[in-house]
Amino acid sequence: MKKGLVREKKEKPQRTVRFHLQLFWTTFSLSLFTFGGGFVIISLMRKKMVVKLGWIDDEQMLDFVTIAQSSPGPIAVNGSLMVGYHLAGLSGALVAVLGTVLPPMIILGFVSLGYEAVAGNPWIGAAFHGMRAVVAAIVMQVTWALFRPLLEKREVLPLALFGVSLVLLFVLKVNIMVVMVAMILFFVVQSLVGLKRGGKDQ
Amino acid sequence: MTTLFSLFYSFFQIGLFSIGGGYAAMPLIKAQAVDIHHWITATEFADLVTIAEMTPGPIAINAATFVGMRVAGVLGAVLATLGNILPSCIIMLILARLYEKYSKQTLLKQILGGVRPVVVAAIFSAGLVLLQLALTSVSQPDLFALVVFAVAFVLLNSKRIPLGPIALLVLGAGVGILHSVLA
Repeated sequence: MKKGLVREKKEKPQRTVRFHLQLFWTTFSLSLFTFGGGFVIISLMRKKMVVKLGWIDDEQMLDFVTIAQSSPGPIAVNGSLMVGYHLAGLSGALVAVLGTVLPPMIILGFVSLGYEAVAGNPWIGAAFHGMRAVVAAIVMQVTWALFRPLLEKREVLPLALFGVSLVLLFVLKVNIMVVMVAMILFFVVQSLVGLKRGGKDQ
Repeated sequence: MTTLFSLFYSFFQIGLFSIGGGYAAMPLIKAQAVDIHHWITATEFADLVTIAEMTPGPIAINAATFVGMRVAGVLGAVLATLGNILPSCIIMLILARLYEKYSKQTLLKQILGGVRPVVVAAIFSAGLVLLQLALTSVSQPDLFALVVFAVAFVLLNSKRIPLGPIALLVLGAGVGILHSVLA
């Protein structure tokens, strides 16, 4: 049984045409099921790329989310680009972005032609009633998988940061990019102060 | 031609300034598509928000495709979407390069490692919002949604039943339809 963050990772896949096709298909199929915002695709990505395919590990995934969240634009596109670039450079980034963008484009392209039929359709509404609950479960399960190692380490600072961030984001509804950039700056200053002190001690 | 260019340029601006996720992009999209260019009406915009919530993918891309398609067909949709993702793609490519180059360095490692609990909190916060939505959007109290949520959560944690999230989503849709037929 694996416990804690998923760390053991296979070697980076070879940059073949076949791999690019697999990358495209993976991002395409994940994007097709990303209802309810960017963090849903992050959760799906973890299940597929970290747990199942072993392309990246949990820490890298969290790094990618940090970076994706600290710049403008949809987190789903930003996150895919980071993964694609990491796995196969510029061509990987392009393929991953294309795979992420195409499903919503194709669907919305059709919907825009007759959207009255979709917006009030009771069958689609009923399907969404069930899917919304599953989406919530997926994101909650990924939260739990990522939170457990934090809990097991029993360090005060990470848990305090988690609590403070949760209040800022969920209760006070502070813009997530503001929180992210502020936290990054906090750690930049902390590391620089640490470096200075380390230098003086020697 | 000018319409195509202003579609591209408007969504380029939206992409550049939509800071902090999909819902931050909504007012920018409304300003560009409804107030400035009159590409769609306020009612159509409200419909667009509903549709964007019901269809997969980032809200900004849904909006770009919808507005582009209405104004100038497939080419309009492609250009609006391209304009929308271009700014973040350029920024992200630079960041991705820097990450690959410096991620082994202790300073960056420390910073990214430090921020990790914040990301977990962000994912949790998104999950709480989704759960709230799932449990209150149809009826209150929504016992059906609660049961689906609980069963899905247990199945996702179970090692014995290897159901992936996509399979579960399809099952969830099926159960939802079944529920509405029986109820």
